[in-house]
Amino acid sequence: MSDDVKQPADSADMKSDIFSKETEGLSQAQIVRKRFFQHKAAMTSLFVLLGIIFFVFSAQSISLGPVKYPGWWKYDYEQISDLRIAECSGGVVGCPSLDVFPSSIDGTPMQIGEHPFGQDDIGRDYFAMVMRGAQRSLLVMVIIGTLGAALGTVIGAIAGFFRGWVDAILMRFTDFIITVPTIVLGSVIGYHFGNLGAVFLAFFLGIFAWTGISRLVRGEFLKLRELEFVDAARVAGASTRRIIFKHILPNAVGVIIVSATLLMSGAILLETGLSYLGFGVVPPDVSLGLLISNYQDAFTVRPWLFWWPGLFIIAVALCVNFIGDGLRDAFDPRQRRGMSRKDKASLASGESK
Amino acid sequence: MFGFIARRIGVLIVILFGSSYLLYNLQALSGDPLADFRTSRDPEVESQIKATIEQLRLDVPAPLRYFIWLRGVLGIFVGQPDFGKVRTGEPVGELLMDAIPVTIRLVFGATIIAILLGITIGVVTALRQYSRFDYSMTFVAFLMFSLPIFWVAVLLKEFMAIQFNNFLSEPNIPTTWIIGISAFIALFFGAILGRSRRTFWIGFLASGLFTAVLLTLIDARGWILEPGIGPVIFALLALLTAFGVTQISMGVGHKPSLYASLSVAVAGAISYFPMQSLFKRESQVPVLLGGLVVALIVAGIATVAFARIDRGPVYRTASITAFIIGIIMIVDKLMQTWGPYVSSGEVQYRPVPTIGERNPLIETNDFWVALLDTLLHMFLPTIALTLIGFAGYVRYTRGTLLDVLNQDYIRTARAKGLNERTVIMRHAFRNTMIPIVTLLVVDFASVVGGALITENVFAWRGMGTLFRQAIGTFDLNLLMGIFFVTATLALVANLVADLLYSALDPRVRVGSGKS
Repeated sequence: MSDDVKQPADSADMKSDIFSKETEGLSQAQIVRKRFFQHKAAMTSLFVLLGIIFFVFSAQSISLGPVKYPGWWKYDYEQISDLRIAECSGGVVGCPSLDVFPSSIDGTPMQIGEHPFGQDDIGRDYFAMVMRGAQRSLLVMVIIGTLGAALGTVIGAIAGFFRGWVDAILMRFTDFIITVPTIVLGSVIGYHFGNLGAVFLAFFLGIFAWTGISRLVRGEFLKLRELEFVDAARVAGASTRRIIFKHILPNAVGVIIVSATLLMSGAILLETGLSYLGFGVVPPDVSLGLLISNYQDAFTVRPWLFWWPGLFIIAVALCVNFIGDGLRDAFDPRQRRGMSRKDKASLASGESK
Repeated sequence: MFGFIARRIGVLIVILFGSSYLLYNLQALSGDPLADFRTSRDPEVESQIKATIEQLRLDVPAPLRYFIWLRGVLGIFVGQPDFGKVRTGEPVGELLMDAIPVTIRLVFGATIIAILLGITIGVVTALRQYSRFDYSMTFVAFLMFSLPIFWVAVLLKEFMAIQFNNFLSEPNIPTTWIIGISAFIALFFGAILGRSRRTFWIGFLASGLFTAVLLTLIDARGWILEPGIGPVIFALLALLTAFGVTQISMGVGHKPSLYASLSVAVAGAISYFPMQSLFKRESQVPVLLGGLVVALIVAGIATVAFARIDRGPVYRTASITAFIIGIIMIVDKLMQTWGPYVSSGEVQYRPVPTIGERNPLIETNDFWVALLDTLLHMFLPTIALTLIGFAGYVRYTRGTLLDVLNQDYIRTARAKGLNERTVIMRHAFRNTMIPIVTLLVVDFASVVGGALITENVFAWRGMGTLFRQAIGTFDLNLLMGIFFVTATLALVANLVADLLYSALDPRVRVGSGKS
């Protein structure tokens, strides 16, 4: 993008014309922000994800040291209540009371009821369990994503900036960790640390999740450190630290953010997969993968036990993926979304000539 | 070059050594193989503990015990690797040899289909960038990215296996289904073809009507229980294949390749009846291999006969045609096997299984029945893995092709007056394939260790099951054996990917300077 603005020689190209008109007088960050806000799918996903996070975390009680927030939902995920039998048809127990169709369609009024998502075998409220599970999954996702991105950035930056033997050692170390398939490593970790709780599990998984990002950041640094502005900074007497953090890192931030998002969407699937195999979050705590694993055989008779946790996993992963895509487009100087329909049309006709 | 490979292999061995040492000690530290005995009330527990210590060499501390294991593994250089024994006594090597083919069977088909489908849809979305088709495919790809495979697997078991088997006991396609499926296919192809409103409607109506007529015919003729292509439709399909392959590779305007692949198709159609009797023979492997060789030779003769220049591309077109026609012939034979298979006592009209690698009740020497059985057992896991895997290829192909299409040499190619097919297929697509091919190699390797969940859901006894067993029973030898296989594969695949990259892209040179 900035290239197009700097080099008027390119302006014979129609694309550059449109670009420079749209982005005149804006800083890099402003351009990125503007593009991201224009990305409809990403913005929708962002709001949906924030909504889910707020909904899920406020539903169940959270305690931070002495402060305890009770949660707005009446049941706790461990609390056992009477099984709904009378209301259910076909001899099924613990059926969901949620009814989203108004009475004009199926005769019953719209209601949330006592147990909107139904109940499990012993009468625990399934809505509370799904909320708790989604909390765990989201927590794991954020921890793995942040930790992986932070470690990956530091290791990649050092390797790419200093090159030579530092690079060789760090990259061989990365290969070292890449050798073991993630799910295998995750299982070994999960099997031994799963019972310490979801936070510890996420922490240990995060320690090994940085390899992909570190390779990308290293590549970016290798490229950026040869550019003129770095030489200029060095000539001006900037310290190594300043060059890395103030000059190179802001230019590599796109790569980092995008891959951190993708890492997060991978992390939620990793956690649910591990819990499904029994190597992740262990009972009495719940996670979405664990819920699906427990009730996969119940699908024919009590499908709601299977649908709800799955839908939450998909919703969260889908939102994160779309946000990642929006960020990638926003940071990618070559992308052409955000143009008006007329510009697109003129561009298309210009291209086909 | 050789220096480069030698150096890389050296580094590879060092990494393998390091990471296996790390894993061995991590695993040894983090649990206790004797835990079961400590809570046991068996009066002979003392002697059992002693025996286990003896067997697993627990008297040697883990950092040193590793070298006992390593000495066994290093036997690989003298042809006698020893991965130690599982706790129940079987040698790890044998278990691995049993498990690897199962896992490869599980992932191979899925990876191939995912690649073909993913690259095709990726190319189309790139060519129709920002169209409705592009947007909906992007959405589908992201949806697939976000699906947990075990969740998909349960859905597939319910709807593709149980419900489908129920359907087979009364195989009548309801009219609403015919309309629904036709409408979906019509929309899909209409969107692919639709550059303008006119081409959209042509694609929409043609593919929709075709599907509707086909489904009605299938329903009316009872084709679902007694399928088969038959010689006439086979000949037609062969000719269509010839036209299609030629159009994609060289364009039907290129007479030598059109004639070459058409004559291959005619030869294939003529060979239909002889092949039917050959398929009845006892051993099928020589028949299939022989058929492949003959097909390639026929393609060669046709090339020499019709082309004087450009024989390479023409031969490629003809041989791809021959290959696809061969596949159609095999599918036809499988369809003929389907009827007797489905109605047999072991299957009883429930042909799509939800678990396992093969039907244990079927004991047959018939190659085709066994093949059909294996394929049906692969059906669900393959669909699940394909759905999850293809999304990545769609996005990757799309991104790479868009990058390539924006390059100057594409503009040059268009400016030379080359037609769009040549620009896309020869100039753009080939360069798109360079990064994709290297991605494939790495994927193939990682997938061997990575189908853990799928194996678990579908109860296949492959590497993933072994791995679970290793973790669950605290079996260090088994775990290290699995690690050795997957890690070696991953590292070798990375090396192959690098070499392939330099072979495909002349700008990348390995061996010179730092690697």
